[in-house]
Amino acid sequence: MTPMTVLAAEGGHPLIPAVYDIVWSAVCFAIIIFAFWKVFLPKFRAVLDERSSAIQGGIEKAEKVQAEADAALAEYQKQLADGRAEAARLRAEAQEEGAQIIASMKQQATDESERIITQAKSQIEAERQSAMVSLRSEVGGLATDLASRIVGESLADDSRSANVVDRFIADLEAQTPAAPASASKEV
Amino acid sequence: MSLCTSRVRHAESDPDPAPDHRDIPIGRQSDDRARSKCRRRSPHLRRPHSRQETALFINALPTVSLLAAEGGGGFVAPGLEEFFPAVFLFEGTGFDINRIILVRILATLVLLLFLWLALRKATLVPGRIQSVVEMAFDFVRKDIAYGMLGKKDGDRFFPLIASLFFGILALNVTGIVPFLNISSNALIGMPLVMALVVYVVMIGAGIKAKGGLAYLKGELFPAGVPKPMYILVTPIEIVSTFIARPVSLTLRLTFNMLVGHLLLVLCFAATQFFFFEVGGISAGFGVLTLIGGFAFTLFEILVAVLQAYIFALLAAAYIQLSVAEDH
Repeated sequence: MTPMTVLAAEGGHPLIPAVYDIVWSAVCFAIIIFAFWKVFLPKFRAVLDERSSAIQGGIEKAEKVQAEADAALAEYQKQLADGRAEAARLRAEAQEEGAQIIASMKQQATDESERIITQAKSQIEAERQSAMVSLRSEVGGLATDLASRIVGESLADDSRSANVVDRFIADLEAQTPAAPASASKEV
Repeated sequence: MSLCTSRVRHAESDPDPAPDHRDIPIGRQSDDRARSKCRRRSPHLRRPHSRQETALFINALPTVSLLAAEGGGGFVAPGLEEFFPAVFLFEGTGFDINRIILVRILATLVLLLFLWLALRKATLVPGRIQSVVEMAFDFVRKDIAYGMLGKKDGDRFFPLIASLFFGILALNVTGIVPFLNISSNALIGMPLVMALVVYVVMIGAGIKAKGGLAYLKGELFPAGVPKPMYILVTPIEIVSTFIARPVSLTLRLTFNMLVGHLLLVLCFAATQFFFFEVGGISAGFGVLTLIGGFAFTLFEILVAVLQAYIFALLAAAYIQLSVAEDH
């Protein structure tokens, strides 16, 4: 026996595994592989899948919400535009209506004023006529009365006196300044 | 000696004792020998060694004894016995548990418990821990599985690749966790089991994708090579595909963890030695070794992550090479 074999015999050989070494290695490694294969990696994959699907779902949801928001904005803008157009239309209508009202009022006022003016004119004419008629009869009466008093002659004969008065007035109208002289001459 | 009386008794009933070791002259006697005897009781450790192994130990022994001698009896340099502590449960059943196996089981349970707590109430909006775990899963999925295998095959092999990455990471990290202080990946069993799983999956995926013969033909007789060259190429392909891949996966991880542990033990054992056993001016060396130990601790964190990443990445790459139509 050499010293070398004794050293080797002190425990074991670094290149030659002991039986228990192999046995425990196999046991430990089998357990590790089994745990990774059946427990840890499925769990790991499940979490990753769940996470990616959650992210995917989140993205889809965000896209949906974004689309809804876009639609709502478009709707709102459309309503706003409609409202503005409606307001403009109402304003235009009101202006037109106002203008019509003013025009009709003006027309009415003009008509009324014309009517008043016409009425006043006709009334004045009528009063002038009546004044002229009453004046003629009164002046005729006065003149006849005066003449009959002067000449002492009854001028009760109406047809004659009417002719005289008419002549007198016609003379008066013809030569107003010499009327009293001519009238006195005629008489 | 008192440490192992019970086991000595156990050894006496052993039909195949190995009594001759007591006669061997060795630099380290007393306590070391007592410990070595304790361990020798496990029957499965008493296998005959090949010539290469013997050669390895011829090289290893002088170094170890030299380090031990330098310590003047006080300094015990770390050796490979670090990785074979006493079995304290189920001894000889094949389910023997020693300190390192306990660390391995503990790391496995902590990993599972942590991930279970992080993902148990997994919610749509992740909490802090859930975010971190999801980020790590996503890194393995996108950067390793999808990056190497594409989406479809990446999803198929994601459980294996994630188990490799997080399993190796959890088992590596115990190397710098206080009071655990060792990575159970420094025992070759774990890397070997993982590499064999990758090996089986790699070949299985290739056969499933192309059929048995077509797969072998694609691997061993690569297209576009002149026929006579196969005399040269095919043996190389056999070695590189079917031998070098699992072996390199196993050894890379094992020795990264093993050497990392030895470096840390060396640094802190030297610090202890310089501070408390030599003292005086030499304590200055202790400061240096302490700083070195701290630096290597940080480095080991990097190595723990890096080795997990490399193992998972290479596993994905090997599977991809098997599945790919031509390469």
